[in-house]
Amino acid sequence: MTAIDASYPGSRLAAVFRTCRFTGLKVDIAAQRLIKANAVAAVIFLAVGGLMGLLVALTRWPAVHLLPSEWFYLVLTGHGANVLLFWIIFFEIALLYFASAVLLGSRLAAPRIAWTAFGLMVVGAIMTNVAVFQGDSSVMFTSYPPMQAAPQFYLGLILFAVGALLGVGIFFGTLVIAHAEHTYEGSIPLVTFGALTAAIIAVFTLASGAIILVPTFLWSLGLVAEIDPLMYKVVWWGMGHSSQQINVAAHVSVWYAIGALTIGAKPLSEKVSRTAFLLYILFLQLASAHHLLADPGMSATWKIVNTSYLMYLAVLGSLIHGLTVPGALEAAQRRNGYTKGAFEWLRKAPWGNPAFAGMFLSLVMFGFIGGISGVVLGTEQLNLLMHNTIYVPGHFHGTVVAGTTLAFMAMTYYVLPLIFQRDIIWPKLARWQPYLFGLGAGGISLFMMGAGTLGIPRRHWDITLTDAMHPFDLPSGGFLMMGLNGLAAVIASAGGILYILITVGTVLWGKRLDKGDAPLAFPLHKQAATVAEYGSHATVKLPGTIILVSVFFLSFVLYYFVNWKYLSEIWLLR
Amino acid sequence: MSDKPEPEARPERVPAMQQLLDNPFLLLFIGITIPTVLYIVWGVMEIASIPVAP
Amino acid sequence: MAISPPRNRLWWNEPIERVEVGWIVVAFLWGLFMFVFMIAWHFIGGQNLSTETYRVTPAAYEEKVTAFAEKYQVGEEAGGVPVVRPPAGEDVYLLARLWEWWPVLELKKGQSYRIHLSSLDWQHGFSLQPVNINISIHPGYEQIITLTPTQAGDFGIACNEYCGIGHHLMTGRIRVVE
Repeated sequence: MTAIDASYPGSRLAAVFRTCRFTGLKVDIAAQRLIKANAVAAVIFLAVGGLMGLLVALTRWPAVHLLPSEWFYLVLTGHGANVLLFWIIFFEIALLYFASAVLLGSRLAAPRIAWTAFGLMVVGAIMTNVAVFQGDSSVMFTSYPPMQAAPQFYLGLILFAVGALLGVGIFFGTLVIAHAEHTYEGSIPLVTFGALTAAIIAVFTLASGAIILVPTFLWSLGLVAEIDPLMYKVVWWGMGHSSQQINVAAHVSVWYAIGALTIGAKPLSEKVSRTAFLLYILFLQLASAHHLLADPGMSATWKIVNTSYLMYLAVLGSLIHGLTVPGALEAAQRRNGYTKGAFEWLRKAPWGNPAFAGMFLSLVMFGFIGGISGVVLGTEQLNLLMHNTIYVPGHFHGTVVAGTTLAFMAMTYYVLPLIFQRDIIWPKLARWQPYLFGLGAGGISLFMMGAGTLGIPRRHWDITLTDAMHPFDLPSGGFLMMGLNGLAAVIASAGGILYILITVGTVLWGKRLDKGDAPLAFPLHKQAATVAEYGSHATVKLPGTIILVSVFFLSFVLYYFVNWKYLSEIWLLR
Repeated sequence: MSDKPEPEARPERVPAMQQLLDNPFLLLFIGITIPTVLYIVWGVMEIASIPVAP
Repeated sequence: MAISPPRNRLWWNEPIERVEVGWIVVAFLWGLFMFVFMIAWHFIGGQNLSTETYRVTPAAYEEKVTAFAEKYQVGEEAGGVPVVRPPAGEDVYLLARLWEWWPVLELKKGQSYRIHLSSLDWQHGFSLQPVNINISIHPGYEQIITLTPTQAGDFGIACNEYCGIGHHLMTGRIRVVE
C-alpha cells in the first residue's frame, strides 16, 4: 500500500491519498476516516434497533407475548427510530462519501464540517434514544400530534436531520471539487449517479423533516399552541416516506456496485439505467401520499396524481432496474464463460460470496415482496383494505429490511476489506449470513402481510382484545401468521447477530490488508481493477433475465387483480 | 448525432438529455421542486380549503 | 464497471438493447393501465373513500354525536354504552376517543347511511373487522362516508392507529340486521 501526498493549489488543507491495491482507486484518507466513523455508528444503531425489533416480534407472537404493554410501545418507538432512521442514514452518509470522494478519486469537501455533521447526528440519535427510554416519548416513529413526546425526542431528530443534511451537502461539495479538479473524465460513474439520486431525495426528505419537526418541538415546549394533525401528517410523510426512497436509490446503486465488484458486471445501457434514476429524482418522492389515502380532506385528484407517482413513472424506474440489474449480471456471467442454457450464469454465480448472495437476495425480495406490495398498498382504493394493518409493516420490511438492509450488509463485505483494510474473519460463517438474514427478513415481510390481509392491526399489544370494552375475535389465521412472524424474526435476528459479530470482529481482529500482498477472502472480479474497458454492454442475448422478469411481471399482475377482487367484495362505500 | 465519435477525437456536442443528467444541481432543483409543488404545496392547499362544518 | 465513469463520452447516443426497449414499453403500458384503472374505479367500482370533510371542534362534534345517540337509542350494551338504531339513509355519528368507539350502531343490511367520523382527542384508526375497511380518523376533522353494509351480523371495530397506552383496548361494534 502506498500513500501519496498530494496538495492541490487553492485548497487550504493538503489531502492525503492512498491507492487501493485491489481496485486501483485513489482514496482520500480523510474520506476514509469519515466513512469508517459513519459505518461504525450505523452498525451500532442497527444492533440496538435490531434487538428492539426482536423484542417487538416476540411480543407480537401470541404464544410468547414477551413484554408488558408500556415496554412494548416504548421499544417499538425505539425500534423504528434506530433502524429506519439512524442505521440507514448513517450508512447512507458513508455510501455518499464513498460514491463521491472514493469513486471519483477526489478529496472530500470540508472534512471538518463532515465531522461536525457526524457529531450532530450522533448527539441527535443518542438524545432521541434517551428520550424514548425515559418513558414519556412512546409516540411511535410517526409521533402524530396531538400525542406529544418530550422536547428532547424532537430535538434529537432535528439535530440528526441537520447533521445528515450537512453530510449530503458535503457530497454535493465533493462533486463540485472533483469536477473542478478534473479527477475524472466525462460523466460521473453510474453508482455515483445513483448516490446523487439518493442525495437529492435526501435534501427534500430532511428539509420536510425540519419544516415539521421544528414547530412540533416548539409545541412540545409550549411555545406554539397547536399543531394541525392533518397538516403534520402531510409534511411529516414528506420526510417519513421519502427517507425510505433514499434507501431505494441507495440500494439500487449498491446492487450495481456489487455486480461490478464481484462478477465484473457493467450496465446494459448507461442511458437506460440513468434515465431510470432520473424517474426516481422526478417522481419517487410523491409516494409520500400513500400514507394519506385513508385520511379525510385530501381530494381524489391529489391522491391519484401523487400516489400514482404521476402515472407510475417512478415505478417504471424500478421496473427498469428490475431488468437492467439482473440483465447486467447475466451478461457479465455469460462473458465470464457461463453460457449454457438459460440459467447456467445464475447457477454458477458466486453464491459463496456473501456480497453477491446478499445483493441477489435483496434484489429478488425487494422486487417480489416489497415492490409489488408497495404498488398494491399505494393504490387509492386498495389501500382501504390494508391501511394501518400489519400489512404495512410487512410491506416496508420487504423494502427496508429484505431490500435495503440486506443490500447494505452485502456491501459491508467490501467496505471492510477496501476501506477498513481488514479481511473478513470467519469467511465460512460469513457465507451463511445473507441466507440466514434473508430467510428471516423475507419471512417477517410475508407473514406480516398475510396477517394484515386478515385485518390484524399494526402497533397493537393485544390482538385477543380480551380486556377491551367490546371484545371480538380477530381471525385465527392472523394469530398463526403472527406466530410465524415471530419465528422468522428469530431467524433474522440470528443473521443480524452474525452480521454484527463478523463486522465488529473484522474491524478489531481481521487480518490487516494494508501491508503485504495477502489476497481477499472474497476476491474481487479481475475486471474490478481494470477501469480501461468500459461502456455499455455489447449486444447479448439474455434468456434467463427475460424468464425471471416475466415471472415477476405475471406475479405482479395476478396479485394486483386478486386485491381488486377482494376489494369488490367488501361493503359498499362512497 | 447518431455517429459515435472516439473520446477526445473532436469537440463533441453533448446531447441535451445527457447534459441534464450530468448536471447535479439542475437535477437537485427539479427533484426538490416537483414534490414540493405537487405533494406539499398542493397538499397544504387541500387542507386549508376544507370548509367548517355546517 | 458501474463504479467508473462511462468510457464513451457520449453514452447517451449509444443504441439501446431490444430487450430493454421491449420491457420499457411493457412496463410503461402496465403503469398507464394501473393509473387509468384507479380513476376508472371511481366510476365502475362500489368501494371509493369519500373525501367529504369539514372542520369541527371536538366539543361541537361530541354534542352532535350525543344528540344523535339520544334520539335513536334503542338499548344499552354492557358498560352503559347506548345501542343506536338510526333510520335508513339517516346521518349517523360515530366518535373515537381514548379508548372507545361510541356508540354501538345497529344498521340494516342493504341500506345506505351517511356515517360521520371524527376523534375527540388523538388520531385513531377505524378498522372494521372482519370486513377489513380501514380509515384514519383525525381530531378537528369530520369525515362523512356513505356506507352500505352487505352482510348481516356482529362486526367489531378495532383501532389501528396507535393512540397511547390503552390503544389495544379500543374497540367498538356495528350490528347489521337483515
